[in-house]
Amino acid sequence: MLKTFSIGGIHPAENKLSAESAIQALPIPQMVSIPISQHIGAPATAIVKKGDEVKVGQLIAKSSGFVSANIHSSVSGAVFKLDDIMDASGFRRTSIIIKVDGDEWLEHIDRSEELVKDIKASKEEIIKQVGDAGIVGLGGATFPAHVKLSVPPGKTAEVLIINAVECEPYLTSDHRIMLEKGDEVLVGTQILMKALEVNKAIIGIENNKPDAIAHLTKLAANYNGIEICPLKTQYPQGGEKQLISATIKREVPSGALPIEVGAVVQNVGTAYAVYEAVQKNKPLFERVATVTGKSLKNPSNWMFRIGTPVKDIIEAAGGMPEDTGKIVGGGPMMGKALSSIDVPLTKGSSGLLLLPKEETARKATKACIRCGKCVSVCPMGLEPYLLMVCADKKDYERLEKDAVMDCIECGSCSFTCPAHRPLLDYIRLGKGKVAQIMRARK
Amino acid sequence: MSIIAITILALCAIGVTAAIILYFVAQKFKVYEDPRIDEVEEALPAANCGGCGYPGCRGFAEALVKADDISNFNCPVGGAAVMSHVGALLGHEVKAADPTVAVVRCNGTCENRPKTNQYDGAASCSIAASLYSGETGCQHGCLGLGECVEACNFDAMYMDEETGLPVIIEDKCVSCGACVKACPNNIIELRKKGPKSRRIFVSCVNKDKGAVAKKACNVACIGCRKCEKECPFDAITVENNLAYIDYNKCKLCRKCVVVCPTNAIHELNFPPRKEKPAAKPDAKTVKPATAKTEVKDAPKAEPKANDSKEETSDNK
Repeated sequence: MLKTFSIGGIHPAENKLSAESAIQALPIPQMVSIPISQHIGAPATAIVKKGDEVKVGQLIAKSSGFVSANIHSSVSGAVFKLDDIMDASGFRRTSIIIKVDGDEWLEHIDRSEELVKDIKASKEEIIKQVGDAGIVGLGGATFPAHVKLSVPPGKTAEVLIINAVECEPYLTSDHRIMLEKGDEVLVGTQILMKALEVNKAIIGIENNKPDAIAHLTKLAANYNGIEICPLKTQYPQGGEKQLISATIKREVPSGALPIEVGAVVQNVGTAYAVYEAVQKNKPLFERVATVTGKSLKNPSNWMFRIGTPVKDIIEAAGGMPEDTGKIVGGGPMMGKALSSIDVPLTKGSSGLLLLPKEETARKATKACIRCGKCVSVCPMGLEPYLLMVCADKKDYERLEKDAVMDCIECGSCSFTCPAHRPLLDYIRLGKGKVAQIMRARK
Repeated sequence: MSIIAITILALCAIGVTAAIILYFVAQKFKVYEDPRIDEVEEALPAANCGGCGYPGCRGFAEALVKADDISNFNCPVGGAAVMSHVGALLGHEVKAADPTVAVVRCNGTCENRPKTNQYDGAASCSIAASLYSGETGCQHGCLGLGECVEACNFDAMYMDEETGLPVIIEDKCVSCGACVKACPNNIIELRKKGPKSRRIFVSCVNKDKGAVAKKACNVACIGCRKCEKECPFDAITVENNLAYIDYNKCKLCRKCVVVCPTNAIHELNFPPRKEKPAAKPDAKTVKPATAKTEVKDAPKAEPKANDSKEETSDNK
């Protein structure tokens, strides 16, 4: 019996259409728009101005607080302008727009493919380098990685968990990274272990990726303290708390962070980025994303430069199918529909999903019949049907009491509801309001 | 027979004892309530809308009775009449507050503000607003899902299907502010009703730069400051690319309406409500292309003439 998390969960159709497609480099566009807010926390502060010449890897926006991240140029060329443009969040935000000219990298970046196994940097140097390189959680939540590596005083990390679950249907970017950059991921894991001063790391992989499990298990034999943990395929296993529950059987208390139970979770893509930052001096300016969809000609995985417009990557995958009803940034469960194909891809873009019209339309909402399906699938043990009503009636006290803040917004409740009720939409709204109230109280 | 008599007697005895106990308990725990609270509540309109800031008319009545000075209290539903009545009951001086009314500060109709995408989520403005910037290029304007209409307890609003915007029925609006609170984009504002319900306001809340705003919507305020310069009373301020007319300073001269290159400034009820759209479109149709100066000068003369007429009639 394979491990999985203790409560709730669903198993939507996997649809991993692009699993066999090797990662290709996306051509560099003529113009990139790099938003200064691609992470959770304070937006970075732009340090370039119109007309400045920049090179690949050059710092263009500086982290503006502890929970914030540096942003680097993904191309070489001249800054065309700083402007507010629509980004994948659906709001207009400040971006640095760069006109591309050639592809000139900063000299200190090691562009060779050679594997550097030897970790020279000390614990402090690693954390500094991760912060300098602007690395954020690449699973999609984009939480600055150096913050997670800085264990708060009084707490100790016991185990590092690498999230290689990729529980979102359709997405395959992490899967391909494991297959193609297995050694780099493992060295990255060791760097993270050194930074956290732990001697054990667990890489959790769902068993719908047997090739990745076999490949990494074989490679991991050469590395100390890294254990590969195959998991039963179950959504949302990629949630931090779910993954901790699945791999080490510990439950993170309500409102607490994983460090409370001695665990730190990092995504497998983040481990790869950490390897590149520490061993190759390469800041985070490119990442892998999956472009996929049932009607798409060529569902595939691409290494793209941050700031590339969404339409470029769609073009590379064979163009937009005629029956496209929605373009979702991220996976089908937690991703967000985009309002335009001109928005730039950012650090958080793990995939792009083109859904055909018949699959996208919302079905008519009917009355709740109290079947309790949402309660049984909720991985956090909440009562979504009740939270929705409280959010609609603006009963924020009750929402807070019923632990709405524990909701991880995985969407299992909305997915499973036979009455097609927009449970998560209302819960998210209530969560935002409760968060506001809690902040005001502090 | 005797059993029945005993039963009746016993019950009577219990009843009398209980009544005596209850009488003393009631005396002991008697709560004195100011009888004026009931009187004041009687005088209030019983709309329980919360427009005064208190939970219902009873709550407002309690606050009024408790207060030493009620000049800052106002019942938006009852207006000056009710407040002076309350003042008489409580023996306080009452300043007559200017009646206010809700106005929708967005004119982004389907025509003026073309849709760039289609929203398909839950039908709630707050949800849409938390998700993204809306179906059009304007991220400040009306989302058109009617949360304000739902919030209105007085049937004073409806969604105009043609324009996709909420409409306020002035006669029914009691200015309770429920719609103002409901709107996540803060489009609706309570403004002074003005003499004969005449008022001028900027029907736009777009804070984007002029070019961006104009691209998203034909009738957006582009922050050009023409109105600010034109206003003889310093009633207009432009902040964050958006003009705002201070209704306490505005003297309803309508000079700003004429100079606005995008027709973002609306005048209401000057010529009777229905005629207003007829008067404006001429300016609108001339405007788009190159003839900026023409627009500015040509219609200027006419309304100005009207202007003085209106003002005199105002004074009557």
